[in-house]
Amino acid sequence: MLRNVIRAAAVPRVQTRVALPAMARSIHISSTVHAKNTNDYRANREKFPEDDISTRYTPGKGPSALDNASQALLLTELVRGMWVVLESFFRPPYTLMYPFEKGALSPRFRGEHALRRYPSGEERCIACKLCEAICPAQAITIEAEPREDGSRRTTRYDIDMTKCIYCGFCQEACPVDAIVEGPNYEYATETHEELLYNKEKLLANGDKWEVELARNLEADHLYR
Amino acid sequence: MASVARLLSRRATPIISSAAAASRFTASTTPLFARTARPTTFAKFMSTEATSSHHHYVNRDMLGSTTPLGSTITEDVEIDDGVDVNARHFTVNFGPQHPAAHGVLRLILELEGEEILRCDPHVGLLHRGTEKLIEYKTYLQALPYFDRLDYCSMMVNEQAYSLAVEKLLNIEVPLRAKYIRTMFAEITRVMNHCMSVMSHIMDVGALTPFLWMFEEREKLIEFYERVSGARMHAAYVRPGGVSLDIPKGLLEDIHVWADQFGQRMDEAEELITGNRIWKGRTVDVGRVTAKEALDWGFSGVMLRGSGVNWDLRKVQPYDAYDLVDFDVPVGTKGDCYDRYLCRMEEMRQSLRIIHQCINDMPPGPVRVDDLKISPPRRAHMKENMEALIHHFKLYSEGYSVPAGETYTVVEAPKGEFGVHLVSDGSNRPYRCKIRAPGFAHLAGLDFMAKGHFIPDVVTMIGTMDIVFGEVDR
Repeated sequence: MLRNVIRAAAVPRVQTRVALPAMARSIHISSTVHAKNTNDYRANREKFPEDDISTRYTPGKGPSALDNASQALLLTELVRGMWVVLESFFRPPYTLMYPFEKGALSPRFRGEHALRRYPSGEERCIACKLCEAICPAQAITIEAEPREDGSRRTTRYDIDMTKCIYCGFCQEACPVDAIVEGPNYEYATETHEELLYNKEKLLANGDKWEVELARNLEADHLYR
Repeated sequence: MASVARLLSRRATPIISSAAAASRFTASTTPLFARTARPTTFAKFMSTEATSSHHHYVNRDMLGSTTPLGSTITEDVEIDDGVDVNARHFTVNFGPQHPAAHGVLRLILELEGEEILRCDPHVGLLHRGTEKLIEYKTYLQALPYFDRLDYCSMMVNEQAYSLAVEKLLNIEVPLRAKYIRTMFAEITRVMNHCMSVMSHIMDVGALTPFLWMFEEREKLIEFYERVSGARMHAAYVRPGGVSLDIPKGLLEDIHVWADQFGQRMDEAEELITGNRIWKGRTVDVGRVTAKEALDWGFSGVMLRGSGVNWDLRKVQPYDAYDLVDFDVPVGTKGDCYDRYLCRMEEMRQSLRIIHQCINDMPPGPVRVDDLKISPPRRAHMKENMEALIHHFKLYSEGYSVPAGETYTVVEAPKGEFGVHLVSDGSNRPYRCKIRAPGFAHLAGLDFMAKGHFIPDVVTMIGTMDIVFGEVDR
């Protein structure tokens, strides 16, 4: 109920209207002739039509003078505001005690990259270079040549994690689910060089996070 | 006698830079009551040469004439007020490291006492050349740049770009995708207003509501994360629809959130809206008339706060805005307080739209059914040779867009966010001009701030809701 008082006080200032088709209908531009002495910016600004004293107060709308005076004297709005603050004082906090507590992540979360392997241990990446082509930040560098057994594999797979914008296009582009963005977001380092990932680092990431990566892909496969 | 006159003068003592002026000053014994009939110091300054404020610095002797240029100025008046045209106004650098500057805004404030005579925003400190970079990317690769323009309302920017590309491609996205986009655009609007209004309030001095609303914003960021995988830079809305369908359970959670958000807003409003300190800082501060707002190209709440009923969601509905019911709050006085009220009401209207989107969202595809534009589903891609070929084409070469140009706008939380896209028929945009609402608003800071005090500039920066990612682009 107290809230309604505030709302009522706010009503004359902001009106909700449904838009009219013609813009001009709702604009009122006062055609006040500018003051003669044009160099004073105060005189130069356009006059506000609402400042006309006759339109300021509409009887029956807004609080009465008595209401205003009593509110001003009794600090009602301040007391009520402080009461709300006091209420929130006794609510459970929303704070997560971060390294000990962490927020939930969805299966779609795009964090640190990893190169996955097949269950046999064979690496998935076939060096099709789609990720390199789609990467908007050009953070991926791939070199490839046929292996001794004749299969096509990468000899170099670098991701500059400081260039990467984590858009997820590489994992979307990958036809064999080799490059993925995993759930890890805690890989801050002290040097730039440590964030220039090579193939060994990415494959190690894949081995480390394979359980989570496979679970996330499984959870989201119906949508992809 | 002269010192008494100085003490009684309502202005701060100007710096007297020449001995001659000082001696003239001490010689004057003007009766004080004569002052009222004469032009103020400032008016005099302005009328000496031209309206350009840089001329304050100009020594009148350098102009080649020692006679007063303004007809109302006489030598006597100048001596009376003890002002020499060589006197220079105090200039303050506001920012770019000022916490209230909302990023890297640098303002050159020219002051007389604490009154602002001129306010010169310097922009470009966050310029990254987005528009040029986009010319070298395929249409899909250009999308993540839009997250990073106005980084408080990510998906709305993506939506503007996607709508532009769709217009050039002449495709229409499925209805479900339209509803998803509309819902997330409104979630984005609430997110943006949580941030902008509450940091505005924090700039003015109240920290508490800022923390309350950031809790709500955090929940919305989680929705972002669940739908797209990223908390901010979503890359979710794509030309041709959205990248993935909404995961199961998300709509329920959005509904639960939307049910309680109104109460959180009531609490914040209970604390702020009637508060005399807040009103004292915002009422009649930074007033913009409807004409000024239109002349300066204002849009969004900066325009509606001045009484102009102009909302692109109503005027030229895009996506599902013609299918949902909502009202547009319009201010009457055009001051910071009105714009605050408009934004708060907009958040409530956004809740209405979110509720309607949740209820009305039909099942169905979320991407346009055209393998030349939207990539195939992964299952198809792995089984079907044709789908695999399309997949490879789309992720390497991209799709070509027919030659043409479009200027497509959306009602972003900050105002009219427009993308002018020119295609030459290739797979890359020929030109992409981005119209950022904050840029036009910032240009108007000069006329808004004139005559106000320094703390009011902080209020006005807050009310303009400036984000430098989009201003500097």
